Amino acid sequence: MRSRQLRARDMLRGDLEGEELERYVEERVVMTNFDKMLGWARSNSIFPLTFGLACCAIEGIPMAAVTARYDIARFGAEAGRASPRQADLIILSGRVSIKMAPIIRRLYDQMLEPKWAISMGACSSSGGMFSNYAVVQGAEKFMPIDVHVPGCPPRPEAVLYGFTKLQRKIQGNPDQGWRARYGAHGTEEWARGGPRGEPSAEAAKAYLAARELIVSA
Amino acid sequence: MAELAERTEVMTVNIGPHHPATHGVLRLVVDLEGEVVKDLRPIIGYVHTGIEKSCEDKSYWKVIPFVERMDYVSYFFQMEAFCGAVERMIELEIPPRAKYLRTIFLELNRIHSHLVWLGTTALDLGAISMLWYCFRERERILDLFEMATGQRMHTRYFQVGGVIEDIPLGFEAKLREFIADMPVRVGQYQALLDRNEVFLSRTKGTGIVSRERLLELGVTGPLLRAAGEPWDLRKAFDYLAYPEMDFKIPVGTVGDNYDRYRVRVAEMVESTRIVEQALDALPEGPFIADDRKYVLPPRSELSTSMESLIHHFKLVTEGYRVGPGELYYAIESPRGELGCFVLADGSAKPARVHFRDPSFVNLQAFRDMSVGSYIADMICSLGMLDPILGGVDR
Repeated sequence: MRSRQLRARDMLRGDLEGEELERYVEERVVMTNFDKMLGWARSNSIFPLTFGLACCAIEGIPMAAVTARYDIARFGAEAGRASPRQADLIILSGRVSIKMAPIIRRLYDQMLEPKWAISMGACSSSGGMFSNYAVVQGAEKFMPIDVHVPGCPPRPEAVLYGFTKLQRKIQGNPDQGWRARYGAHGTEEWARGGPRGEPSAEAAKAYLAARELIVSA
Repeated sequence: MAELAERTEVMTVNIGPHHPATHGVLRLVVDLEGEVVKDLRPIIGYVHTGIEKSCEDKSYWKVIPFVERMDYVSYFFQMEAFCGAVERMIELEIPPRAKYLRTIFLELNRIHSHLVWLGTTALDLGAISMLWYCFRERERILDLFEMATGQRMHTRYFQVGGVIEDIPLGFEAKLREFIADMPVRVGQYQALLDRNEVFLSRTKGTGIVSRERLLELGVTGPLLRAAGEPWDLRKAFDYLAYPEMDFKIPVGTVGDNYDRYRVRVAEMVESTRIVEQALDALPEGPFIADDRKYVLPPRSELSTSMESLIHHFKLVTEGYRVGPGELYYAIESPRGELGCFVLADGSAKPARVHFRDPSFVNLQAFRDMSVGSYIADMICSLGMLDPILGGVDR
């Protein structure tokens, strides 16, 4: 560590020359392609929309996750924007009522590409406990969602975890589920519809089709 | 001058439902003449969740998590309003320890709610650091909630008959640490705001509504107390451990936004005192009533007592029945009178659960607070009104 610092100092003074200089540059240069660099830059400079719906807003990006203990600035997303035209991440924090859904869709449409959406909490992911006339049963019914954060409401840590998942997705390296990591395809609940736990004919077909997609991607 | 008047025209501006200063999804349609608010129409319903309707097809003990999510900053109060109403209908006496525990958690929740209010309102007025300081203390309260209940928000801690679990080991020490700190912290907030010229000139003399008008509108809570009416259900009614507590009701004089700020900040200190007294006087004994018809038997009894197993099964599958009748039970929430009306038809599910939410009623005063003032003062008044839209729309 110390020697690296000393070499950096020498470099700044212009003392490094020839082979030493070449080695210095080689150690510090990372070769990548432009897309990866762009993804890295984007994922670490997200401007979230300061948008709150209900309970989750207090635990999420508009409030608690921004404050000192959780400090989303560590991930470069503390610059909340009130206008959707300046934001590139919308966090649906709370229950989405039927009256609110068109407004959320309009906000999402007003955001400029590239844009992402996190659905925070059970309500905006699936309707949560409110399976009634007033609540949209999952915001995915009217807009695309990148990351779902479970909880009612999720802890701020969970929001940050979901946010880092989104960052990896933006970098073009999305976290797959545990099935992908451990090669456990075929153990899905929907794939075990038949007698004695074997997949039903339709489930097996759907599974093969899904697998095809994953493998080809 | 006449030429100028001819050229002035009313402009209608839409604020919300997505707007950082409306504290939720409130929509305001404001008629402006220059910078002066001529008329104002709040439009609500953007976070209407149908909670009251959902409560009608849940058994009584399953209603508790639903009502918590109405006013999501003061969840303990909703639980107390509902559980208290049901306890009074079935005439179930809760043990003294449960009363004191509930009082402690209610007052902690009041401090929490006022902290969220202070942080966000001061943020609207440009004092961004207040959000940081207030949320620092809020995290400590949430740590206490988490310690006792396992959840930061929406704890479902209160049960019909008491509380679900006793406070854990080490809770008391941590709570004492907090109540020793809190008055100092409140002093720090006041040091930051009380002599801040910008804050003073934006709050003093703005949003004044007379006491009589507030009473006409049915406004309660800190808004009414700031106008000089010492109405507080903690003193006026006999519920939980409040009759045994020694605390003051902070009252304002003018009824402007500055008084509203001062009343709430003083309330935080008073709540700290209540928590301290309740903790000192916390009686020993059971934390939940012993009536097996309404209260789940302890887990340990299930493997030894057949009767307990039957009661457990009965309570979990059908729930308990409440005889026909109706009851209204009101408590003092951080925003005013929070009432719960329960109509029972003799089955295991309530026929109607209705909440008188203070945010909803207080929002009526917003027009009186804002008409004739500048639009910047309107934003200040909205913050000081402290509506929680989840409670308004339910």
